[in-house]
Amino acid sequence: MDSETVERLLRLSALELDEDARARLVRDLGRIVALIDEMQSVDTEGVEPLAHPLDAVQPLRPDRADPKVDRAMLQQGAPATRDGLYLVPRVVE
Amino acid sequence: MAGGAFATLSELRAELAARRVGAVELAQACLDRIAAQAHLNAFVSTCPERALARAEAADRRIAKEGQTALVGLPFAHKDIFCVQGLPTTCASNMLADFVAPYDATVAARMDAAGAVLVGKTNMDEFAMGSSSETGHLGSVRNPWDTGRVAGGSSGGSAAAVAAGLVPAATGTDTGGSIRQPAAFCGVSGLKPTYGRVSRYGMIAFASSLDQGGPMARTAEDLRLLLACMEGRDPRDSTSADVPPTAAEATPRPLRIGIPGEYWDALGTDMGTALDAARRGIEGLGHNLAAVSLPHTRAAVAAYYVISSAEASTNLSRYDGVRYGHRASAPKDLEDLYRRSRSEGFGDEVKRRILTGAYTLSVGYYDAYYQKAQRVRRLIRQDFLDAFASVDAILAPVTPTPAFELDAMQADPTDMYRQDAFTVPASLAGLPALSVPCGQIGGLPVGMQLIGPHFAEDRLLALGEAWQRETDWHMPHPRDSRAGPEAT
Repeated sequence: MDSETVERLLRLSALELDEDARARLVRDLGRIVALIDEMQSVDTEGVEPLAHPLDAVQPLRPDRADPKVDRAMLQQGAPATRDGLYLVPRVVE
Repeated sequence: MAGGAFATLSELRAELAARRVGAVELAQACLDRIAAQAHLNAFVSTCPERALARAEAADRRIAKEGQTALVGLPFAHKDIFCVQGLPTTCASNMLADFVAPYDATVAARMDAAGAVLVGKTNMDEFAMGSSSETGHLGSVRNPWDTGRVAGGSSGGSAAAVAAGLVPAATGTDTGGSIRQPAAFCGVSGLKPTYGRVSRYGMIAFASSLDQGGPMARTAEDLRLLLACMEGRDPRDSTSADVPPTAAEATPRPLRIGIPGEYWDALGTDMGTALDAARRGIEGLGHNLAAVSLPHTRAAVAAYYVISSAEASTNLSRYDGVRYGHRASAPKDLEDLYRRSRSEGFGDEVKRRILTGAYTLSVGYYDAYYQKAQRVRRLIRQDFLDAFASVDAILAPVTPTPAFELDAMQADPTDMYRQDAFTVPASLAGLPALSVPCGQIGGLPVGMQLIGPHFAEDRLLALGEAWQRETDWHMPHPRDSRAGPEAT
């Protein structure tokens, strides 16, 4: 784990850290990667990845609009809205 | 007060049915105790008005129809379950001001069953932790020793039940977050089979592992709560369409597996406590047999790859736009995302997101994420092979009793290794029960009963029989108020 990798991960994750926190993170992520590398010694040749613990098929509900979920209610907690739209800083000049 | 702070749900039901106590009285008593023991930091918020209104409705319902289901019984939700109109924070600055616009299915079902919600319990931020120290409101204290952690991530729920603040609470378990705090606080907790309980409205951490479940004083009470929480939900495509858990147990002699990989890892004190539990289970008429779960040693690694990968994906939704914390005066959209997330999330959540980003990124995906999924299949297969010859597995829940506050803060992997006995069942999607089985130095310890998929009934029957013959679930901590307030 080096500061270049951490820089890339921060960018991918849309996070930022000050210098001290970044140094701690290089150290902590190094320890975490060392821990997860413990599984590398397991022989998984020919073993299929398991994504769902029951290997289940996920049934879908009917694709119908649910009128119980209304926009005004959902937007009550939004930091900034106008006329039912979410406001963000200008993207296109 | 009738019933008493440490009464079980079953006892309170009888009290309510006989009209020796009312639901309003029970709810008020819980609210009073929560306020009096605020130093435990077990609660993020309470909802007195709502609770008393619901309790009045419950009293009217009991007067008309008698006591059924959970009518009139007070309880708390872990602050990860959305309850319409109430703050739902996940113990994070990111959601410090979030008011849920809808009910989690579990919340709606508890409401419909007549249970009276009194408040929301503290936890690790976004359920990422094993000590309930990472929340934005600080650490939950263990009522047995307030210098120690309550466990996590459902530490507030466990501490609240243990201290007699509420008779029951909900929790969620991704890698042990119901079972471990239950063991640390001397209460009973059940992680149901993945898919048994709907995840709709339960704030997501790792979606292929997260499972809601009940925490209470006894296995009998867990059965009562599970009957209300469980069931297929069209709003959660991973919820299972299976028959409900039986209302009553049918006891019979079982074959109980003892996994060497778990027992060999125990220190002297824990080994002695667990050996006594093993003999106790045998004394109930069950037959013990050695079993092997050979991939156990890779479970913590695989768990932290998979859960962090899923966390980094799930938490990408917090963008400062639709809900949650928003940084002030952003200079552009990227700055809005970056600062909102950096200010909103705590250190541990950031570590998990970044670990997930690492294991999912180009060049590492096969070596980490896919590798972990292959290990996950091997771990599940270990259990399926074992269950060909045994009905359930008996194991420890934790390597030690509750550790001291701040003891695991220097190196995050010290904390991760605490989960060694709980993450295998999580990866395999299996149900697992945690019940008290002893004490070490005045602190409770628990044992874990792991069953085949959807065998909750069998685990609860074992727990119920255990608690009829032993009284490890009976002792409760002395009121710890004098301690911290005197200093």
